[in-house]
Amino acid sequence: MKQFLAFVRKEFYHVFRDRKTLLLLFGMPIAQIILFGFALTNEIKNTKIVICDNSNDIATRAIIDKLEVSKNFEIEQVFLNNNEIEETFKKGKVKLVIVFPPNFNHSLNHENKAQVQIIADASDPNTANTLTMYATSIIGDYHKELMAGRKIPLQIETEMRMIYNPELKGATNFVPGVMALVLFLVSVLMTSVSIVREKESGTMEVLLVSPFNAVLVVISKAIPYFFLSIINLIVILVLSVTLLDMTIKGSVILLFLESALLIITALSLGLLISNSTASQQTAMIISLMGMLLPTVLFTGFMFPLENMPLVLQVISNIIPAKWYYIIVKSIMIKGLGFSAIWKETLILMGMTLFLLIVSIKKFKVRLS
Amino acid sequence: MRTLIFLLQKEFRQIFRDKTILRLIIAMPIIQLLVMPLAADYEIKNINISIVDHDRSAFSQKLVSKIVASGYFKLADYGNSFEEGFRLMEKNKADLVLEIPADFEKQIIRENTQKLFVAVNAINGTKAMVGSTYLGNIISDFNQNLRTEILPPSKTSNSPQIEIVSSNWFNRFLNYPVFMVPGILVILVSMVGAFMCALNIVKEKEVGTIEQINVTPIRKHHFILGKLIPFWIIGMFVFSIGLFLVSRVVYGIVPEGSILVLYSFLSIYLLAVLGLGLIISTYSNTQQQAMSLAFFFMMIFVLMGGLFTSVDSMPEWSQWIARLNPVTYFIEVMRMVIMKGSGFNEIKNHMIIITGFAIFFNTWAIINYKKTS
Repeated sequence: MKQFLAFVRKEFYHVFRDRKTLLLLFGMPIAQIILFGFALTNEIKNTKIVICDNSNDIATRAIIDKLEVSKNFEIEQVFLNNNEIEETFKKGKVKLVIVFPPNFNHSLNHENKAQVQIIADASDPNTANTLTMYATSIIGDYHKELMAGRKIPLQIETEMRMIYNPELKGATNFVPGVMALVLFLVSVLMTSVSIVREKESGTMEVLLVSPFNAVLVVISKAIPYFFLSIINLIVILVLSVTLLDMTIKGSVILLFLESALLIITALSLGLLISNSTASQQTAMIISLMGMLLPTVLFTGFMFPLENMPLVLQVISNIIPAKWYYIIVKSIMIKGLGFSAIWKETLILMGMTLFLLIVSIKKFKVRLS
Repeated sequence: MRTLIFLLQKEFRQIFRDKTILRLIIAMPIIQLLVMPLAADYEIKNINISIVDHDRSAFSQKLVSKIVASGYFKLADYGNSFEEGFRLMEKNKADLVLEIPADFEKQIIRENTQKLFVAVNAINGTKAMVGSTYLGNIISDFNQNLRTEILPPSKTSNSPQIEIVSSNWFNRFLNYPVFMVPGILVILVSMVGAFMCALNIVKEKEVGTIEQINVTPIRKHHFILGKLIPFWIIGMFVFSIGLFLVSRVVYGIVPEGSILVLYSFLSIYLLAVLGLGLIISTYSNTQQQAMSLAFFFMMIFVLMGGLFTSVDSMPEWSQWIARLNPVTYFIEVMRMVIMKGSGFNEIKNHMIIITGFAIFFNTWAIINYKKTS
């Protein structure tokens, strides 16, 4: 035990002496949570649209007014030749064009039918889809007002209620994702170089000739980073509640324990990478270049996992951050208790155990 | 000039000697480019719906089969209690719960109006909106059919209708890979360039070999160029494999615009990101520090460059940050050229800005690189 504590103390010295890394270690998560918490959103606001109004009558003006009031759109220009549409799209700023044919109001009232054309720049399919939907529903609103006086037979009304996130805020979805991402990646990154650095600088040899216990050396590497990550976790939680307006509906203690579990999983993964590589560069390439995009995508906060091809859905199961993301959503947003997340917790525990055992097995007592 | 050639020789030898790293920096981007775009798909297909049917009439059955037949929804449960449906939503087994009230059929005929209730899991706002809009459309379709079936034709056809015709330009079938592959390629090329360049110099610092270079009459800009050029070539190489092999052959993406435009932008862009890598390296003493800094920038590259979420919908201040991110410009240019066929004229501003970045970053790096420690 005394030996172990001595090792832990040595590791703490390592960490605290490198002031720059320490500063980054604390500064980064704070900056990232604030930055991404606000910036990441799928809500589409203030998109520039162009309207070609070839009739300019009461009906089209009423619809344009409605579009103008909506916070989703910003009307750029009202008159445009049809040929200029493609040119406008190519410049990249305008995402949607709405074309009213001549005599819109006249056909609406006398022929009972009028046409509107919505042209979307679908080079971004998601934005195109969403904007078309917004515009359609605004025109639909106008139509409804028009019909308000008349009695429609056999009307089915639908009451939609948005549960958990009534204002459809982006943060509700993204903040837990960013939490998972930052906590997980920072912990993996820091430990992934810890052992291999000693190999590279040659100090490992000193450790190897001393009468130490291999398991203790490996574990003591992770301990300072565990404490630092716990502090990061507290900061992240405080920031998301105070600054990003997230509420923790469920138990804070449970959330804390589950987060600690994720940190341990990440640290074990970092240790495994560090034990299996020969140079710091290789370790970093794997833990940074190799893991960044997969973690972002397979956690499931950017793109719904159930849309992915089955093979990728299976692959996503090995990403610890995915399980943590489910856990965080359940506790913070849905307010569920442990009974709802025991399965995910068990999976994370299993992963941690597996990673730890493998990385201790991989630790070589010989230099080459 | 001769100094530079010797330096380049040294760099290339070092790079080619470490086979593990060389393999990693070529293979990793390619594998990710093959797999990741498949995961980045927002086309929402399998929305799980749980239907609570208190009516069990011919009408309600018809509505249910219409919803299932639409192809957007998967029936997760067809039950009798709303609580049961809601529990499925808590467990993530259902995204929507539709409740059909008792006497749905009777009421609609007798009272002319009836109400359906839908609960939507709105944690993911976009998904919730898409799901509820689809469902709303299906219900109003069903409603319209009901009218034409039951009412005499005179009563249905005399109300004014607005017909909305929508068309999607540049990407008619809302194909996701066409949108994602160019963006992901940009990220991967930037990672390889900036990150490897930064690590390379810091490694010389950590191992101590930089001392040997510092005591020689090699000029600062020679040293910097010697580090820049190899990674510039690697970046070009990785990009070309990604563009011609993966995106062309595997995903079948044929750029609408000119390849020349892409490559001229890429050549300046790479100078800019490599410059950023150099700056990182001048500020760090150990590889761990360089990595932490690189990680910070990578995250900003990936999440704030408009790859996954659009820059235009960010709040004003974070749009400014996105504008300070070179990746944003290249992703925009890639998408404009590949999907819309924009030419030099349309990307003129992007070109000027990225040249500015390249000059700024590299000057900063050269000034900040000190031969004495």
